[in-house]
Amino acid sequence: MKKSLAVTLLLAGALGAVASAHADPRARFMAANCAYCHGPEGKSHGAIPSLAGLEAKYFVDQMKAFKDGSRPGTVMQKHASGYTEAEYLAMAKYFAAIK
Amino acid sequence: MAIIDRREFLKVSAGAASAVAVGGLAGCATTPNAASAGGARPKVVVVGAGFGGATFARYLKMWYPKAEVTVIEPNDKFVSCPFSNTVLAGINKMDDITMPYDNIKKVVDNFVKDTVTAIDSGKKTVTTKGGKTFAYDKLVLAGGVELMFDKVEGYNAEAQKTIMHAWKAGPQTATLRKQLEEMPDGGTFVMSVPMAPYRCPPGPYERACQVAHYFKQAKPKSKIIILDGNPDIASKKGLFLAAWKKHYGYDTPNSMIEYRANNMPRAVDPKKMMVGTEFDDVKGDVINVVPPMRAAEITGMAGVRDGNNGTWCTIDYRTFESKVVPNVHVLGDSALTNFPKSGSVANNTGKMCAYAISEMFSGRAVDPAPVVTNTCYSASSDSTAFHVATVFRWNEEKQSMLPEKGANGVSKEESELEFAYMEAWAKNVWADTLGL
Repeated sequence: MKKSLAVTLLLAGALGAVASAHADPRARFMAANCAYCHGPEGKSHGAIPSLAGLEAKYFVDQMKAFKDGSRPGTVMQKHASGYTEAEYLAMAKYFAAIK
Repeated sequence: MAIIDRREFLKVSAGAASAVAVGGLAGCATTPNAASAGGARPKVVVVGAGFGGATFARYLKMWYPKAEVTVIEPNDKFVSCPFSNTVLAGINKMDDITMPYDNIKKVVDNFVKDTVTAIDSGKKTVTTKGGKTFAYDKLVLAGGVELMFDKVEGYNAEAQKTIMHAWKAGPQTATLRKQLEEMPDGGTFVMSVPMAPYRCPPGPYERACQVAHYFKQAKPKSKIIILDGNPDIASKKGLFLAAWKKHYGYDTPNSMIEYRANNMPRAVDPKKMMVGTEFDDVKGDVINVVPPMRAAEITGMAGVRDGNNGTWCTIDYRTFESKVVPNVHVLGDSALTNFPKSGSVANNTGKMCAYAISEMFSGRAVDPAPVVTNTCYSASSDSTAFHVATVFRWNEEKQSMLPEKGANGVSKEESELEFAYMEAWAKNVWADTLGL
């Protein structure tokens, strides 16, 4: 019984890893759109902030704030205006899963 | 994700649980995996390892590792066109914009330093100067642009030793920098802007800023004459005019920059150091003529240079597949699209094509309504920059990709913050393209 539970947990863990490393292909592509400024897999090499590991709610809130202008920005007002809220969330989940 | 990838992942990662997992996942498979049926590895040949081709190759190997990817590239190293104008200004050196292909070589199956000489889209093969032939299931052409020297009288091989275009970063960039360094104070730098569409719409005007910045520091009596083939400044007009006024005296008697619209160079004479337009002959101490351009030579070999009177390649936005030759995909500057011919677009459309092809190989339908972005910075001095940014989305009615409402525009004004962002963009786009 204990052993089968352990197998189940191991399996659940493995599938969880699959889900994060191989996310929904559309979300993965949209997130990759950000890489030329924010770095491959959201890990920035310069002054532009990294996105990897950001909490999903924070990411979505920032995108909303860039769009409505409550957070001032340079390029981000335009980028945030180009995606739906469902797309913000899809990208947010992708970046949140990167360690 | 293909079912086979899940199996491979679990086989490696889940150890004892793998038998259970494979059984469970096999039940989830709802679509056949055509490409991996029978264990065949789809062959993908990529010609050109610039922003488009290198990015495509790297991402396809991430998103569909089973693909057998061959990259054919004539150059030893990657030299970035973005930032090459800062080399002309002396802000950066050639080493700062030159990067190795080491990491791309590690992730692809075959990296071939060679030049493609023939493409047979019927037999689906590519032949190189080195005498090798490569078969493909998918061919990705990412060769950038071909410069049409024959459109400018006298711009022959001999003239090209004296007159640089420096529109493909590399030795041309280094030579033009040397010419500018050797030019005496009080000299004239004559530069041209080709008729749109051309690679990097704001590039020529940024070049004027960067050379003017250098002159201001090192040879303040010197002048720049811009001969523009277009009827007006073709990109970021308000921002460039403001920068020219603020930094380089534009619109004053002491302006360092003289701008002439509708002045397409028709002829060059390297002995007299003259550029001829329809109006007059312009003498320069250093001459920099960028000839008109079209999609790269390789697209002509493949018979896909079908658009805009045979100069650029029409593509299906959702796959980047040529509209005239199946299984040939065209990336970056060679494609005829609504996107500007920028490094960011080449990088992101490389990923867009990798996304589409990985979906096809996985036996799934491609994304019916993709969304893709452009962000392009221009440096107006050694410490200020500004941007244009756009989000494009598939429009079913127009069968095209169009800027989203509110998601297209330029900076209000130049800033030092955007110069810092521009430098970060360069580091990140190089990393994303080359796997640095």
